[in-house]
Amino acid sequence: MKLRKNGVLYWMLLPGVLLTLLFHYLPMAGLVIAFQDFKPWLGFSKSAWVGLDHFRTAFQREDSLQVVWNTFFIACSKIIVNLVVPVIFALLLNEIRQMRFKKAVQTLVYLPHFLSWVVFGGIVSDMLSSQGIINTLLLPSLGLQPILFLADGDWFRFVIIFSDNWKEFGFATIVFLAALSNVDPSLYEATEVDGANRWQQTWTVTFPALVPIIIVVGTLAMGSVLNAGFDQIFNLYNPLVYDKGDIIDTFVYRVGLLNSQFGLGTAIGLFKSAVGFVMIVMAYYLASRFANYRIF
Amino acid sequence: MYYKTRSYRIFNVLNIILLSLVALSCILPLIHILAISFSSGLAVEANRVTFWPVDFNLDSYTRTFGDANFLDAFFTSVVRVILGVVIGITVTVLTAYPLSKMEALRGGRVIAWFFVFTMLFHGGLIPSYILIQKLHLMNTIWALILPGALGVYNMILMLNFFRAIPRELEEASLIDGAGHLTTLLRVYLPISMPSIATIVLFVAVGHWNAWFDGLIYMQKENWPMSTLLQTMIKVPDLSQRTVADTEIVNMTERTLKSAKIFIGTLPILLVYPFLQRYFVKGIVLGAVKG
Repeated sequence: MKLRKNGVLYWMLLPGVLLTLLFHYLPMAGLVIAFQDFKPWLGFSKSAWVGLDHFRTAFQREDSLQVVWNTFFIACSKIIVNLVVPVIFALLLNEIRQMRFKKAVQTLVYLPHFLSWVVFGGIVSDMLSSQGIINTLLLPSLGLQPILFLADGDWFRFVIIFSDNWKEFGFATIVFLAALSNVDPSLYEATEVDGANRWQQTWTVTFPALVPIIIVVGTLAMGSVLNAGFDQIFNLYNPLVYDKGDIIDTFVYRVGLLNSQFGLGTAIGLFKSAVGFVMIVMAYYLASRFANYRIF
Repeated sequence: MYYKTRSYRIFNVLNIILLSLVALSCILPLIHILAISFSSGLAVEANRVTFWPVDFNLDSYTRTFGDANFLDAFFTSVVRVILGVVIGITVTVLTAYPLSKMEALRGGRVIAWFFVFTMLFHGGLIPSYILIQKLHLMNTIWALILPGALGVYNMILMLNFFRAIPRELEEASLIDGAGHLTTLLRVYLPISMPSIATIVLFVAVGHWNAWFDGLIYMQKENWPMSTLLQTMIKVPDLSQRTVADTEIVNMTERTLKSAKIFIGTLPILLVYPFLQRYFVKGIVLGAVKG
């Protein structure tokens, strides 16, 4: 009786399982072309096997090594900045007792998260162009020379890290604010009785309340050491900054799809997926071990 | 009380000023773009535009909306969002409900990991591209909807919501003779409306903003709007000036681009107030658990 009723549960799962098999697991089988000289007209079965040739090529090409380093550098910088800024912002926002003001600030800072990099990148590149507001109004009024932000590799990296943080810091504060709202008020009362001022309260009560969630967010972010942000870079970069701004995902697109080097592109993509997988599994393990985090 | 001390009051004022500036920095760039889009080309070239339009005119907008390609792309995007939301939410709910009843579902944990694994490991861009080709989905709207129909992250959010619903409700409904499907439709869905709304808006915004799949899977004439905007905003097409020199008084490359950026943003700005009411609670409930 019970089992017959529960049978329908499996039918409910069917569409999701089929879609996942088709669009997520089948492409994993397609990874074999990382080991093939894949020709679309020959298909998987008739294309020649080349063993690890593509991996060798990838690790000998100077540009692909540079790309891996760029990816790692940009992603790590983002992870650090995107952890520090939201925590500080959450702590400052937590001090605000004017609820209307607090709500208004929150509403504004969450907004950029929902814009796509197509439009947000458009805004950033307009502001930073040689005719943009930064170069024509802000820098001259400070007595500085115009800067070609998007044409100089080092500035480009800075723009990437800064603009990503600008877009996402607000949204990232949500979890920290939630943790802060769960702090037991009696802890504050207790420290007050002990004569602590607000600064001491922040160090002994507020900040420690954030530590577990900081550990969770920080460790989970490790999983994205090779995700430097395809959408953002694709919409902001140009050939002038390929040397310092090209990342694995943009490289795979240009070399693999645009130049039809399917095998090489897949090999580099596989390298990224494999490293990413190891990092994510490690991150989940650490997060569950040290901060008791579970997916469900 | 600490907040009555003088030093704290000074801190509070400085804090409010700082946070106001930070919050404004999130919206001022958008206002700047809006001001440029409504200004004359001449005023923009002369750097006279900051946050308020100078020589107000609508030429950039009439030009953009006068473009048949643009209207087609807009229509494609609307179809994409509607189909994507209907299919996406259906699959997500149908998957989340059984997985929220692990004890009734033999092999439930294995099935759950079957889905979660796809968050951890991907075939990558090129195998996915070849798959879409082999399935003959190229240049159809299904290439944009089916691969991402089941968002595992959203599914987990939904699953956690369903789990938080008291079991007694489900038991009462099952004892009354309802099956799981009826229970899902009549009992679970009505009380999960806030979380469904959160996910509907996430999925809708995701489809509206998506551009890369359009770029690689669709032919130019069938591009959704984000893809069309992406190519218009990103690539400065210097070979063919789209604006005749005589028109530059009211419109330049830059005012046109600004108008397009703003049009791309507008639907998000319109749904944002509704979105904002729900998502904070939704994300926190789904993501942070003890």
